Amino acid sequence: MYGLFLRHFYLITRSFPRILDLIYWPSIQITLWGFISNFFASHTTYYNNAVGVILTCAILYDFLFRTSIGFNMLFLEEIWSRNFTNLFIAPMKISEILTSLIFTALVRALIGLIPAVLLTSPLFGISILELGIYLFFLFLSLYIFGITLGILVSAGLLRFGPSFENIAWSTMFLLAPFGCIYYPIEILPEIFQKIAYMLPLVYIFEETRNILINNTVDISNLIQAYMLNMVYIIISITLFFYSFNKARDKGTLINIGE
Amino acid sequence: MKTLVEVQNLKKNYGDKQAVKSISFKINENEILGLLGPNGSGKTTTIGMMLGLLKPTSGEILIEGDKIEEDRIKILQKINFISPYIELPKKLTVKQNLIVFGKLYKIKNLNDRIDYLTSKLRLNDILNRITGELSSGQKNRASLAKSLINDPKVLLLDEPTASLDPEIGDFIRSFLEDYKKEKKISILLASHNMNEVTRLCKSILMMKDGIIVDSGSPANLIEKHGRKNLEEVFLKLSRRPNEHN
Repeated sequence: MYGLFLRHFYLITRSFPRILDLIYWPSIQITLWGFISNFFASHTTYYNNAVGVILTCAILYDFLFRTSIGFNMLFLEEIWSRNFTNLFIAPMKISEILTSLIFTALVRALIGLIPAVLLTSPLFGISILELGIYLFFLFLSLYIFGITLGILVSAGLLRFGPSFENIAWSTMFLLAPFGCIYYPIEILPEIFQKIAYMLPLVYIFEETRNILINNTVDISNLIQAYMLNMVYIIISITLFFYSFNKARDKGTLINIGE
Repeated sequence: MKTLVEVQNLKKNYGDKQAVKSISFKINENEILGLLGPNGSGKTTTIGMMLGLLKPTSGEILIEGDKIEEDRIKILQKINFISPYIELPKKLTVKQNLIVFGKLYKIKNLNDRIDYLTSKLRLNDILNRITGELSSGQKNRASLAKSLINDPKVLLLDEPTASLDPEIGDFIRSFLEDYKKEKKISILLASHNMNEVTRLCKSILMMKDGIIVDSGSPANLIEKHGRKNLEEVFLKLSRRPNEHN
């Protein structure tokens, strides 16, 4: 596990553009959304109570995005560098490969998150730390869901090969409207609300707004998010193992590495 | 002589297509077995199954008596593989790559192992260079070092000297001969370089359409088929309609 972590650590630290890439997009996102949230703050009554709501949600969403894409990137990196076969003929259990990638994805996401959080205070006078101890639980929940999506996409890559790559990039954009990141769930049409309620994102972002706007905490939102997270991560891990076995059967593991 | 690899009635089907049709062979310690055959004959599929990358439809692969399908991780600890179609991460230095794979294979005294391979494979000048910036010959030596990082008992080689100049190709072949003698390992060599196979292999398996169509030492096969060299034997067997179909 340590070896696999080292493999990616060396890659990141050797390349300035890679480090810049990790920092650049979150910073751009936060800057952009900072201005947007300033606009909303002065033009709507809804957000007047908490100027930083949109910006906080943007940071949380970006962390989810980085975690999920980060996990997929680690997997795709092995395919692009034609190192895939070397990895899967090393004496590592699938659970060890997953654990290592999950941890490395966290490190990658944090490298992007920390500058973004630090930028919000001097630029917009907002601190995400206002969420208090609940910030940790919100981040953890998003991290689990991001990893879940990453594992699901990687399972697809294993089963279907590099052609599944585009799905890796589009997953988050597909889920974003249902996640109710910047608006309450009531904005969605009823049929979409039913889909949204099946995702942990709704509960996470509803609770974020609840804490920031109403200064109250509804634990049931967090519990719902964690319960859904558990269900989805178990499904994703099961699917990953299934895909690995299918790939061994269909020969994808050989073709994907060449 | 001890048998390190035993393949018994190995079959692999992809749907209706039979890629490998019940092949059996053994590789003893301190032996290099050549695996020859035209493209699509089942060589890569066979190697894939030996590496645990492919699930056999039926049959068994035993490495030192352990079955790959039952003890995959244990077997992967004692085998390794090199092919021009797979590469080491390009952005890492050669040494970083060796450290990474040393960790993946849980090698004790990793620095000593890297020093040993550095000396044997003349890696001193390239050890701290970026792998992606190396020449084909240098990359090949780095990949060979990776494939030996775990001191494997069984080494699977797929075209190990493809695209190398004659000098480096000769160096690699001499190295493999010496290393095999020193470590008494078993090597399965899939190659289209008939001179290489003639030089390195005591015995050869000729595959075509998923079956072993002939086997024996290079000299025996040349004599048996009345040809001048192994390449002519290869061409004869490749072009002959398959009697077993």
